[in-house]
Amino acid sequence: MTGKASVQNGASSPASRLSAAARRAWAIVAMPLISILLALVAGAFVMIVSLMLNGQPLDVGLVVRAYGALLEGSFGSTDAAVDSVVQSTPLILGGLAVGLAFKAGLFNIGAQGQFLLGALGAVAVGVALKGSPVPLAIAGALAAGSLAGALWGFIPGALKALSGAHEVVTTIMLNYIALGVVAWAVSGPLDTPVSLEPLTDDVGNAALPILIGRNGHAGIIVAFLAVAAVWWLLERTTIGFEIKTVGANPDAARYAGMHPRRMVALTMALAGALAGLAGTVVLLGVTRNMGVPYATTVGFDSIAVALLARSNPVGIVFSALLFGAMRAGAPLMSLRTNVPDQLIDVIQATILLFLVANVVIRRVLRLRGVEGSLGGTATITKSYGGEVTVR
Amino acid sequence: MDTLITTLYSIPVVGLVLQFVGYLIEVIPTISPFILQAATPIALAALCAVLCERSGVVNIGIEGIMISAAFVGWYAGVLAGPILGSSPSIAFGITPTLAFALLAAILAGVLISALHAWLSISVRADQIISGTIINIAAFGLTGYLNSLISRTSPVSPGSLSRFRPPDELVDIPVVGWIFNMLLNQGPIAMSLIFIVIVLQVLLFRSRWGLRTRAVGEHPKAADTVGIDVFRIRYLNVIVAGGLAALGGAYLSMEGTSSFQEGMTTGRGFIGLAAMIIGRWSPLGAFGAALLFASTTAVGQSMKIAPPEGDLGIMLDAIPGQFFDAIPYVVTIIVLAGVVGRTVPPAADGLPYQREGAT
Repeated sequence: MTGKASVQNGASSPASRLSAAARRAWAIVAMPLISILLALVAGAFVMIVSLMLNGQPLDVGLVVRAYGALLEGSFGSTDAAVDSVVQSTPLILGGLAVGLAFKAGLFNIGAQGQFLLGALGAVAVGVALKGSPVPLAIAGALAAGSLAGALWGFIPGALKALSGAHEVVTTIMLNYIALGVVAWAVSGPLDTPVSLEPLTDDVGNAALPILIGRNGHAGIIVAFLAVAAVWWLLERTTIGFEIKTVGANPDAARYAGMHPRRMVALTMALAGALAGLAGTVVLLGVTRNMGVPYATTVGFDSIAVALLARSNPVGIVFSALLFGAMRAGAPLMSLRTNVPDQLIDVIQATILLFLVANVVIRRVLRLRGVEGSLGGTATITKSYGGEVTVR
Repeated sequence: MDTLITTLYSIPVVGLVLQFVGYLIEVIPTISPFILQAATPIALAALCAVLCERSGVVNIGIEGIMISAAFVGWYAGVLAGPILGSSPSIAFGITPTLAFALLAAILAGVLISALHAWLSISVRADQIISGTIINIAAFGLTGYLNSLISRTSPVSPGSLSRFRPPDELVDIPVVGWIFNMLLNQGPIAMSLIFIVIVLQVLLFRSRWGLRTRAVGEHPKAADTVGIDVFRIRYLNVIVAGGLAALGGAYLSMEGTSSFQEGMTTGRGFIGLAAMIIGRWSPLGAFGAALLFASTTAVGQSMKIAPPEGDLGIMLDAIPGQFFDAIPYVVTIIVLAGVVGRTVPPAADGLPYQREGAT
């Protein structure tokens, strides 16, 4: 990154070029890094206080052991590291789903529901094609999963475009409806009579092949292709330019001859497809069948991933790896130290709290020249309050 | 009479509608207390949203305030139970333990709301992002603490009990069921109507109400005539947090006697929709909450005790999960139909900044 930047600026001396690039990099990553560090401290505090409330003696060493186990569980062995990547895969796709919507000034809290519908579409077609040739079965299940997710994203997008109903409420409602749809499909038409509990058949030939380690499935390739595709869409195409313009100011976009309503519906459908793909790769690569409830934290983790990365597709890869590694390491932490898995949720939320209060953090720590904004989120509240409309 | 009804019911299509109307007339009096109970947390969430947005602050974090209050209320009861005891009380099964727990729940809601107020009024953060983060944090922290505490098999502090209205009142023909709906309730559900009326009057007839609306519509003008915009907004958001907390406390202390992870199941967001449909007025929001609650109650009733005849046979073919999804589907449909014809407060969601201030 720094090397590339210094090649481009030929005029100044190498030393000043390098320091300018370093300053730029620091400005971008400082706030996320500080938030992560502060959140780990806050997590330690929560751990100690909560265990004391629960009647255990004060134990500062616990923090070291818990975070040590977390690190060992996420990177301590090849299998652990592969598992971290596997956990990150849906978060990359989900992070793109939330981040792309942010670019259009939309807040996609519905990644959870789109994830579930994607997994459902994948299992329905995957089971139907389980005896077909492997490439056909995988392609069919991937297409079905992303289409189902796209449909679930298109609904709130179209509702916002046609009626102005804000996606913050409608996507949450659709998350709950998705739970019902999955429960119905898995206990009804897709249920196998073999087990007592509602459970679908195995997806057979539609399962993603394992590429590395114990469980490193091919979904990671899908995720990286999606990162490249979203980056290309946003930076190199007219549609991407329209999406960003609508996100920055829908009224200005309309006066420029663009179609904010069409863009809102399209962006939400694309976001839904990405979140649906997240559900698809988990289903085809990890669980390979579907039970009820199909427990997942991907939907809300994705919001954290996108906010931490300021919706930047490349940044999303890194923040997804961070949260994926935490999710992969949490079971070992819980096993060794009795600290519940959900500590990850607490740390994640605290990171976001520090990010949203970045003005204060920067003032307290006297940080200058550090970027603080969450990026691409400016019109969300305005469109809620009617200050800007997409029509 | 019976033959007339049978003839009407057998008309194709129209007959089914008539059967449904007949079912509603038959079933609503019996499920009426349940309607008000289902409406209580939604209405309190909606009232919280009304107070916030009327003063110009968007509060998406209501769901998080509710789940936190539900947890804190229950856990405060668990902790205080052995100390304060459950000596029998005068009314509603209010023990010293439960009174303490209710106060703790409201305090928790007020504190979280103060955080949201600080982030959106002083820090001038994006209010929807701030609210969402409060939701994520509240679900994370309550989930973490709940799984920690459930290992110690806590003793439930019990719950607030319902008042039993005299049979003479409930048995009055035609209107008896309304008394049953209003009075066959616990303290939180029963006080809801009182809270709604007081807020309606205060918001449109008091000095505080006028100032709140002025600050929400045109903060600059309000500031010019000497109203402290920041103070009014802080006050409203914090008081509103207490209302949402009451709704959360209802879930773990009156509706049930325990805490479950994620037990708010979207009620904070349905409350937001109720606020929009009720056009940012307390009475309207309460009406919308009653509408949502009725669809929930009728849906559950159709699932558990379906009507007889053709309609019942048709409903039997519909899977049970459909009835559980009714409140969410209705929320989306009504919201999409109503939004656009409603006008939010002009300064809704816009942080205020004095000119010249940095």
